[in-house]
This record gives sequence, C-alpha cells and structure tokens, in this order.
Amino acid sequence: MDVVMLSRLQFAAASMFHFLFVPLTLGLSILTAIYETKYVKTGDPDYKRAAKFWGKLFLINFALGVVTGITLEFQFGTNWSRYSKYVGDIFGSILAIEATLAFYLESVFIGVWIFTWDKVKPKTHAFFIWIIAIASNVSALWILIANAWMQKPVGYVLRNGRAELDDFIAVVTSKFAVLEFLHTVSGAYILSGFFVMGVSAWHLLRKNDVQFFRKSFRVAATFALVFALFEVFNGHLSGSEVAETQPTKLAAMESHWETAKNVPMYLFAIPDPEKERNSVEFFPIPGALSMLAFHDFSAEVKGLKDFPVDERPPVSITYWSFRIMVGLGFFFALVSLLAWVKRKEPDANPALLRLLIYSIPLPYIALEAGWIVAEVGRQPWIVYGLMKTSDAVSTLATSQVTLSLAAFVVVYSILGIIDFYLLSKYARKGPHPA
Amino acid sequence: MLETIWFILWGILWAVYFMLDGFDLGLGSLLPVLAKNENERRIVYNAMGPFWDGNEVWLITAGGATFAAFPVAYAVMFNGLYSALLLLLFALIFRGVTFEFRGKVESQGWKSFWDLCLVLGSFLPALLLGVAFANIFQGLPIDAEGVFHGGIFTLLNPYGLAGGVLFVLLFMVHGSLWLAVKSEGAIHERAGAMAAKLWPVLLVVAVLFLAYTYGATRLFENYFSTPILFVIPAVAVAALLMQRVFMGQKAWWKAWFASSLTIVGVTLFGVAGLFPAMLPSSIDPAYSVTAFNAASSPLTLKIMLGVALVMVPIVIGYQTWVYIFLRGKVTKKDLAYEEAY
Repeated sequence: MDVVMLSRLQFAAASMFHFLFVPLTLGLSILTAIYETKYVKTGDPDYKRAAKFWGKLFLINFALGVVTGITLEFQFGTNWSRYSKYVGDIFGSILAIEATLAFYLESVFIGVWIFTWDKVKPKTHAFFIWIIAIASNVSALWILIANAWMQKPVGYVLRNGRAELDDFIAVVTSKFAVLEFLHTVSGAYILSGFFVMGVSAWHLLRKNDVQFFRKSFRVAATFALVFALFEVFNGHLSGSEVAETQPTKLAAMESHWETAKNVPMYLFAIPDPEKERNSVEFFPIPGALSMLAFHDFSAEVKGLKDFPVDERPPVSITYWSFRIMVGLGFFFALVSLLAWVKRKEPDANPALLRLLIYSIPLPYIALEAGWIVAEVGRQPWIVYGLMKTSDAVSTLATSQVTLSLAAFVVVYSILGIIDFYLLSKYARKGPHPA
Repeated sequence: MLETIWFILWGILWAVYFMLDGFDLGLGSLLPVLAKNENERRIVYNAMGPFWDGNEVWLITAGGATFAAFPVAYAVMFNGLYSALLLLLFALIFRGVTFEFRGKVESQGWKSFWDLCLVLGSFLPALLLGVAFANIFQGLPIDAEGVFHGGIFTLLNPYGLAGGVLFVLLFMVHGSLWLAVKSEGAIHERAGAMAAKLWPVLLVVAVLFLAYTYGATRLFENYFSTPILFVIPAVAVAALLMQRVFMGQKAWWKAWFASSLTIVGVTLFGVAGLFPAMLPSSIDPAYSVTAFNAASSPLTLKIMLGVALVMVPIVIGYQTWVYIFLRGKVTKKDLAYEEAY
C-alpha cells in the first residue's frame, strides 16, 4: 500500500474512533444538565443522583473524546501537510476559532464541575454543566463547519497557489454546514437518548432503583423522540443538499449508474462497480430518487457513468453505509416513539426494555455509517471538486505511516476496550444510594 | 505588520502553554519520587486534577494558531517531525485518560499501570518539546520545498538533547513548586525540598544552555542588532534567581510565579531570537520558513486577530478565576469526594 492509502486508513481509524466517543459527550452533557436543572427546580434528590450518575459516565467517555480529538488536529499536519498548506488559510482558522471559542470553555469547566459539588450553590453548579454542554456543542458546530467546507468549498479564491479566504460569512453560514451540523448532532442526541434508555432498561428489568431509572428514562425518551423525528426530516434535506452539491456522492449512495429522468429508487440492490451496474435490483419505487433528490418526479439524476472513473467514490462502501444509516434512522424513530408512549411506566414492558438494551450499539453503527457516507462518498476529493486526496498527502516514508498506523490500531483498541469496559462497569453499578 | 503581530502571538501561545502545562507535566514526571503512598499519590493527582485539561488546550490552540496563521510552518513542522510528534501524541493520550481511568478499578496493578502512564506521559512530552524547540532554534534540515531531510534521530543531537534536559528540569521545578503550593504535611515538605534540590541543577543547565545557544544557533544575531531584546533573557535569569529567594522564604506561590516567569522568559528568548524565521533551515537560510513566507492571507490574519483579541482575554479571565477559586490546598477531605481522582 502507498502512503496515500495508509494515511487514509490512519485518518479513518482516528476519526471513526474519535466519533465513538464524541456523540455521547454531546448528548449526555445536555441530558446531565437537564437532570441537574430538574434537581435545582424540584429539589428532588433523585435528579441530583441522576446528574452525578450520568455525569460520571459522561466523564469516562469525555476523556477519550478529548485525547483522540488532539490526534485529529495533529494529523492534518503530519499526514496531510500539502492539504494543510493549500487550505490552512480557511480550514486552519476555523479549527483555531473552535479552540478559542469552545474547547477552552469545556476543558476548564469540566474541572470546575467535578470539584465544586459542595463548594457552590446548586444553581451555580448547574450553570457549570450547562457551560460544558453548550461549549461541547458549539465545538461540534465549528468542526462541522470545517468539514462542510471540505464537502462544499465556499467563500474562497484561488490565489498564491492555494485557497484563500474571501468571504468568512459565506464559510460559516454555508447551508451545507448548517444541515451537516443539525444532522450530526441530532444523531448524537439520539445515541445519547438510546444510551440512557438502554442503561435504564437494564436496571428496570432487574428492579433496581425503579423510581430513579423511571425518571431518567422519561427524560431520555422525550429527548430521543424529538431528535429521531427531526432526524428523518433533516436527513431528507441533507440528501437533497448532497444531490445538488455532490452529484457523484449521491449517485454512489444510490448506486445509480445511468443518467436519466424520472429515476426510481430500488428498495434493494447490489452494486457491481466492476461491471458499472447493479447485479440485483428489486422493488423499484417509480420516480422516488428524482423526487427525493430534487423534489420533482421527473428530475434528471446524473449517473456514475457520467463521471470519469477516477472521479467516482468507492460505490459499494458508500451505498451500503447509506442503507445502514437510513434503515437505522427509521428504526430509531419507531422505537423512540414506542418508548415515549410507554415512558410513564417503562418497567411494565419488559419486551420493550430488552429491545432498548440491545439497541444501545445501533446508534453508534448508524453514526459511523453516516461518516463513511460523508467521507468515503467524497472521495477521491479531499475538498470536493478542488483538491484530490492523493495530492494532499505529506512527504513520508511508507514505513513511517505503516508503523504509526499499527500503533494507532493497537493503542486505540486497548483504550477503546478499557473505556467501554469502564462505561459498562459503572453503568451496571448504578447511582449512589440516596 | 499582521505577520509580525501573529508571530508575537504565536510565541506567546507557546510560552503560556509551557508555563501552564509545564507544572503538571513536571509534577507527573516526579510522581514516584514525590508521593510515597496511595494517599499521597492521590494528592498529586488531585493537585493537577481541575487544571491539567484546561492547560493542555493551550497546546491545541498553539497548534491551531500555527495552522491558521502560518499554514506552511504548520505543514513543514508537523510533516518533518512526524515520528517525534506521534510519540508526543501517544504520550499525551495515555496521560489524558490516566486521570479518568486510574481510580475506576480497585486494584493495585491497575493503579500502578496508570501511574506509569502518567510518569511516561508527562516526562516524554516535556523532553520531546524541549528537543523539538531546541532543534528549531538551531535550524532544521529543510530544503527549498520545505521537505525535512532526517528522521527522529536527526533531532537527538547534543544541542537538541540539551534543550530537552532544560525543559524537563524547568518543568520539574515548576511542578514541585506547584505541589508545595497545593499540599501540606510530609508531601509538602518533600515537594519543597525537591524544588530546592533541583534548582541548582537547573541553574547550571540553564547557564550552559545559554552559552551553548551562542555557539550552536544564530539566535543572538537579533539580540546584538536590537539590544533592547536582552531584557527577555534578563527577566528569565532574574526570575530564576528569585525562585531561590522565594524558596528560602517558603513563599511557595511567589516561587511558583517566578518559575512561571522563567519559563515564559526562556520560551520568548528563543522566539525573539528566531524572528522572522519560524523554522530556520540548516541547509540554507534562504530555505527558512518565516512569518512572512508562511503566513495566511491578510483577511484570515485580520479575522483571526479579531477573534484572538476578544477571546484570549476572556479565556485568560475565566481560567484565572478557576485557579483563584480552587486555590486551596488538596486535603484528605477533598480526597473523600466521590468525583476526586
């Protein structure tokens, strides 16, 4: 394998591993803040225990989110130095703004929140967790603005052999960025809602601390439902945006080969990129792809064959990841609706509780699949239409990257296992007795 | 002009990073020497507990600001120092999770493993950052294309290693002083004694490094052409001497501040000597990456300056507040908290 492919794999490993931890951070910080606010408002000690219990799980998870985030910033320079030179003017400044605006806030106040339960008034303490929750999410906003710029570069001019900033407002208000942010954080909130429901379900099945876990469950069910429904809606908008700005990605997501009008969507197909067709196509819904992509049954949708072979993304990976993401998305909407209906006494529905326990890993899979669609679907471009991934890589020896990739895989596997072990250990242990 | 302002900001960001993370890196390196039992080890952890994360963000910002304001310098530096930086990264990863993981399983082996991660994860960054900066002061083998000709062993030259030793000592003294500030009883005494013991070694190394710098680098050229700059090393030396005075008076906070000032002075001494180069080339000075040939567009620099002028004081404001708010000593009572490390 060459340096480009190795660096790609390394970045994929680093970013996908990072994204095993970030979503729970984003959502659980908000849920913890909600529990603590409820404690301040009602004085109900169960909510204080909830803030402490879910907050502890949040912290275990947060640690890995932070350290793996540093890795990503480093990697732009270490592995993608030509990319960094080419777009640092825009991309680098967004990352730097993220750090000054959000990352400091959350990192500084995490320490404060941990160490001041008995030192400040409950209201002030709840304020600290809100700072952390908001800062985490603002941090996600800026990172997604940076990623959205790679998906749809705006507000730049090509000058001095690089992309230079021309219109800052255009960059930060890019429609792609707004949609990508809403789509990604909603996914993170769904994940966190399912996490809390799943852990609560485990305890409710065992009749542990029933009142406590009912309360936790109730808030999480509402949280998950709101964002699961919203996700279906904004997922559609995101799809249309991709159709408009990234025709090759759309074609790969649907494994759509021939440019045509009034294009159907196949509920089941198996792509065969070698032969530039689908080996199996079942259940066509007439005009559905045209409709979903361009809000018009007769709209023309470009097929992959219309693009040079070296400008097409890997079709099968993109296609299957997209299917997994969308399928799970509908599943979450359905299950969270069910959970919400039964939220008053979830413990009366053991089947639902079991389903929720087994559902804990699913949002993780959906989110990773989503990132694969976004990033693999953008290939061979690192910045869509502007710079190819193969032109972005650093001057490195294959051995250097092979070694570092191996090190990443080993270290991340160990840390990932430990982290999930601790999460499950403390999740099972339950909250401190009242 | 914008480039010059950003060069100064770049230097300040690194200086503040070394000043803040310096004490927790130094303290982490000294854990086995300073803490003799589980209780004392936990005091060490909790002395850094609320602060280390916020401190480390200054590294992210220093890196991020380099990326934003001087993308070429960022690309050349991170690409060229690949192996060293990844080593640094892995050290920081293990160190970072140590705080959260260590206390989560009641087992001696588990705790000892994470203690080892803390020690290595603190010592290696201190050493590597010193080696990296000394090599930058000295010049890196980069060609006209910004390609680095060498590997990790190129960096382990005598001057680079001297820089590593200097940083380790600076941080260890800094960390011992912090522990003296934050603790009481036997461990407090030990921390103060450690600072006093390391200080003369630091003094000797600092003097030798300064002299070595004269021979091994071109940093002094700026100083001779603009003598007012000598104020910076003078402040560093004065602050270093004041440390000893304050230690003698057992004025630990003051000694820690003097140590902070020493670290800032040492960093800025190097940065001011470099100007306008950020990564001087040892092959040919004409290949050097400078604040001018590495800078972003004026628009980006202006927007970033606006962000920095508004946000950095705010950050300093709330971070200072946290240091003041949590200024008390770490006691047995603090260790009883459920959330303590």
